[in-house]
Amino acid sequence: MKYREFEGALSRLEKIVVDLEEGDLSLEEALKLFEEGVQVSRYCARVLKEAERKVEILTRNEAGDLETGPFQLSGRKEE
Amino acid sequence: MKQLDMMAQFEQSGERRILSVSQIVYRIKSRLETGFRDVWVRGEVSNLRIPPSGHLYFTLKDSEAQIPAVCFRMRRRYLKFLPEDGMELLARGSISVYAPRGQVQLMVSHLEPLGRGALQVAFEQLKERLSKEGLFDPAHKLKLPLFPAKVGVVTSPSGAAVRDILRVLQERNDRVGILIYPATVQGPTAPPQIADGIRELARRGDVDAIIIARGGGSSEDLWAFNDEALARTIFESRVPVISAVGHETDFTIADFVADVRAATPSAAAETVSAAREELAQRTAHLEKRALQGMSLILHRKQERLRTLTSSRGFVDAETRLKFFLQRLDELHGRFQKALPAFLAPIGTRLEQSTLALGHRMDLHLKELKHRLGKTAGRLQAYSPLAVLERGYAIITTGTGQVVREAAQVSDRELVQVRTGRGSFRARREDDGEI
Repeated sequence: MKYREFEGALSRLEKIVVDLEEGDLSLEEALKLFEEGVQVSRYCARVLKEAERKVEILTRNEAGDLETGPFQLSGRKEE
Repeated sequence: MKQLDMMAQFEQSGERRILSVSQIVYRIKSRLETGFRDVWVRGEVSNLRIPPSGHLYFTLKDSEAQIPAVCFRMRRRYLKFLPEDGMELLARGSISVYAPRGQVQLMVSHLEPLGRGALQVAFEQLKERLSKEGLFDPAHKLKLPLFPAKVGVVTSPSGAAVRDILRVLQERNDRVGILIYPATVQGPTAPPQIADGIRELARRGDVDAIIIARGGGSSEDLWAFNDEALARTIFESRVPVISAVGHETDFTIADFVADVRAATPSAAAETVSAAREELAQRTAHLEKRALQGMSLILHRKQERLRTLTSSRGFVDAETRLKFFLQRLDELHGRFQKALPAFLAPIGTRLEQSTLALGHRMDLHLKELKHRLGKTAGRLQAYSPLAVLERGYAIITTGTGQVVREAAQVSDRELVQVRTGRGSFRARREDDGEI
């Protein structure tokens, strides 16, 4: 999920809220918007919570190309 | 003594030993150059010039004397900083005589600034130069994405920095993805490796921000982050770069040119996850506002409905009311359905307030329905249909107007007659009589 899609969803939600707050809507329209708003905000909340938490490291393989693999902290502290 | 002897000799012999300019200059040159092979001179720089040849020319002076000095390009390469006019220096070199001008000069092999360290001076010089070039200009700084899904980290995989970053993200239960580009963060190989890391992570397209990180250390340890080529790579990166080098009090060139400076690697991790926290709050707040807006709309419609039901005499009131009731039921049902789904992702506090709101709306709607039901029942009694059942009929014109007086219908005009059960069309036939 790219953050740009998230930003798009968030600004849609903002628009919906403003439209609802202006209140110049028929009941049908308002409810339709409200339902959409609920869906969009659920989507946003889900994306925020469910981003894949992976820690990976890039390493060079024998051919010299970069590959991603899981990263484990080494036991000892160096540096 | 020797010289005096020589002069005495000249006078005695009456012979004049004449030397050419070259001869005397070269004699002086050879004496001086053997006598001052390795000297350390302390003085202030003035009249610094760097011609296209790349050699460095300046005058070294104190309050009473001065001596021209030159540092050739080959030697200059080893200097960690560039002298400036007014700078106090310790210069090491040898004295030579530049024959074409008969000029004594100091050939510099090594320079040290007095007072500030060479590294410090070099740092300030690079900082000023890059600043003039606009590399630190806030206008060029990229904004961190609202919500970085994957963050690249260029650092030592065994260092304290990566450990701190992962610990902070763990503590905050943040779900940001991390991709580490292993790089040396100290010594001469560090700057090109770190720069490669930035380019590689930015090239991939799936990394939303890049942290370059190193744990604390002496200013020499952090020196890699003062590299000019690295600074330019940071500047050119299209993915925002967060610098997180050393402790809070350490400032590197990377800090100035980076899009965001984090005081420490832990602070960088916080910056990345704070955005998410803030967004979750913003989303929850928007949800709340949506619910309030919706609630207000329902309230207003209810008011209008109230006005509507209290006004009398609109056609087919009952049908309309029934339809309205049905719609209300349907909308209410949809609202009820939407509510739990809406509440699911929100925190307890919001949940409570929305529950309360929902409950209130529920009450409003129930009351409304009840009142509508009663109004509908009353209307039923007045309904024209009930009257028609008793044998009356309603006559309406072609335009749908109820005929209350004969003058409303002209001769031979078609009207609609509605009885209790069924309707038919009829025509007015006057035939001259009334």
